[in-house]
Amino acid sequence: MRVMGSETEYGIHAPSAPGANATMMSARVIQAYAQLTRQRAAGGAETRWDYTDEEPLHDARGWTLERNQADPSQLTDQPPVLDAEAVALAYGREELEQDGEDESGSLLMNMVLGNGARLYVDHAHPEYSSPEVTNPRDAVAWDAAGDVVALSAVRRMAADPQLPPVNLYKNNTDNKSVSYGSHENYLMPRAVPFGDIVRGLTPFFITRQIMCGAGRVGLGQDSSRPGYQISQRADFFEAEVGLETTIRRPIINTRDEPHATADKYRRLHVIIGDANLSQAANYLKFGTTAIVLSLIEAGLAPRVEVHEPVAALQAVSHDTSLTATLRLLDGRRVTALDLQWIYHEAAAKLAQDTGVGDAVDGDGHTHALLDRWAATLTDLDSNRTAAASSVEWLAKLSLLEGYRQRDGLEWNDARLGLVDLQWADVRPEKGLYHRMLARGRMERIVDDETIARAMTEPPSDTRAFFRGHCVSSFSKDVVGASWDSVIFDVPGHGRLQRVPTREPLRGTEALTGGLFARHKDAGSFLAELLGQTPPPPPA
Amino acid sequence: MAGQEQQQPQSRESEIEDDAPATPPAAGDAQASAATQGVDDLLDEIDGVLESNAEEFVRAFVQKGGQ
Repeated sequence: MRVMGSETEYGIHAPSAPGANATMMSARVIQAYAQLTRQRAAGGAETRWDYTDEEPLHDARGWTLERNQADPSQLTDQPPVLDAEAVALAYGREELEQDGEDESGSLLMNMVLGNGARLYVDHAHPEYSSPEVTNPRDAVAWDAAGDVVALSAVRRMAADPQLPPVNLYKNNTDNKSVSYGSHENYLMPRAVPFGDIVRGLTPFFITRQIMCGAGRVGLGQDSSRPGYQISQRADFFEAEVGLETTIRRPIINTRDEPHATADKYRRLHVIIGDANLSQAANYLKFGTTAIVLSLIEAGLAPRVEVHEPVAALQAVSHDTSLTATLRLLDGRRVTALDLQWIYHEAAAKLAQDTGVGDAVDGDGHTHALLDRWAATLTDLDSNRTAAASSVEWLAKLSLLEGYRQRDGLEWNDARLGLVDLQWADVRPEKGLYHRMLARGRMERIVDDETIARAMTEPPSDTRAFFRGHCVSSFSKDVVGASWDSVIFDVPGHGRLQRVPTREPLRGTEALTGGLFARHKDAGSFLAELLGQTPPPPPA
Repeated sequence: MAGQEQQQPQSRESEIEDDAPATPPAAGDAQASAATQGVDDLLDEIDGVLESNAEEFVRAFVQKGGQ
């Protein structure tokens, strides 16, 4: 359908060490996973990140923010630096010397995984960025794979008597005025005017939360008002369009860092979504957004404009009855469901006209996606019990309402806050989403086997295949990698060889699978890849 | 034996049975009560999973800012 990917920043908490430095704890998570991958693959399925093509200050509206005017949290193109004091605080010096360092002597904060993903410390959270995929089903699988990566690190740390146990949560707020993100990325042609994207996406983003919000106990950034709302993130958004992601968060983010051929593509960086554990909600989040981008590219996005978008976003999040109306600039008043139906209708028509939505001859994804989108909107309107098996905020709400009825709890009761927090614990025995899943109360899009495979294998149909297999096949000769490069240091070559991967749909299994099969040695692999030796004649 | 059983004090269960309406519940009620039972079971399970001392646990979950 479209190249896309997810980013998840996990909430991190060591209950027995409440004052622990969050950045150091996050580094331990990365370290713990690095130890596991070293065990799994000879030589270690891990590689350092290459920062060459990071451009966090490029704005899609056509300018670049001066470094000295940027918030320090925006400078994501530099490796994070840990000062000696922070290191000594969290690690004993001895421990640091033993296994806190990688071979080149610095603390490992950033890995490229064999499945093509990136695992690193972002500010004060461990973050998993999924490999590039081409459809929402794969987006669900490789995003859920990140939760299993997080779980593996948690288990590893729990087994180490030297470390305090660390919990990871797939949520977006501590309910004390801090939020951390779960981002989506979508590849688009650069030719689409950015203003069209803003106009086409804003009404959709204000309302898609009714399908893919994760639910939150508490109203306001600091949860000072008791209640329940649809979205984890809505109350943290303060602007309509902007470059920032950590302050004055905008509904439409303008970071223009394509990680691909820049004059051909843009990577739309979406920061407004909730992290989803519900597979069906995650599937709809990626699928419906991808399809709305197709509408925008075709110039067929519904012509609707919502009055005061930021206030409307929060009004929708605070209205669990789904009956509140939004004022459109043309004077109409519509509900969030009405707006979603307007988008669905336009998307269904485009899919029919182009043929991609055909059940037999279509692209294999759009038909199922449009069906599920419609079914979810219908259930949200008339059968909430049915919707609760896929819509995450409703599933969480059913649990909370159960407690409220049984024990007569008010919304500001700490036990409801705990249910909200523990919903997102990545451990299956502790995470309440996972308890609901085990009881058959949450719908599945992919099975556990698929997720387990996605933890070690890259997708076959994007450049992530090339990156992942370089890391897992030639890890001792790969010194760095990023979204758009893999850097080799092959014995006998005087200098590093950087292989650019600026076309997201090249480097696939179809194009490079044979190359990996033919070469067990990085030198001969590179020689054929770079055309220094001819490929074998076709069989 | 049967006589003995009849002489036993009423159990809590049979008291509830005595309070039940004489007419059989409608199918919808049966479904609703099955659903309620399901929620009760679920809450019982989750009671055993929740971290102890909710207030302290929730208060201690303090995060630094992120994206």
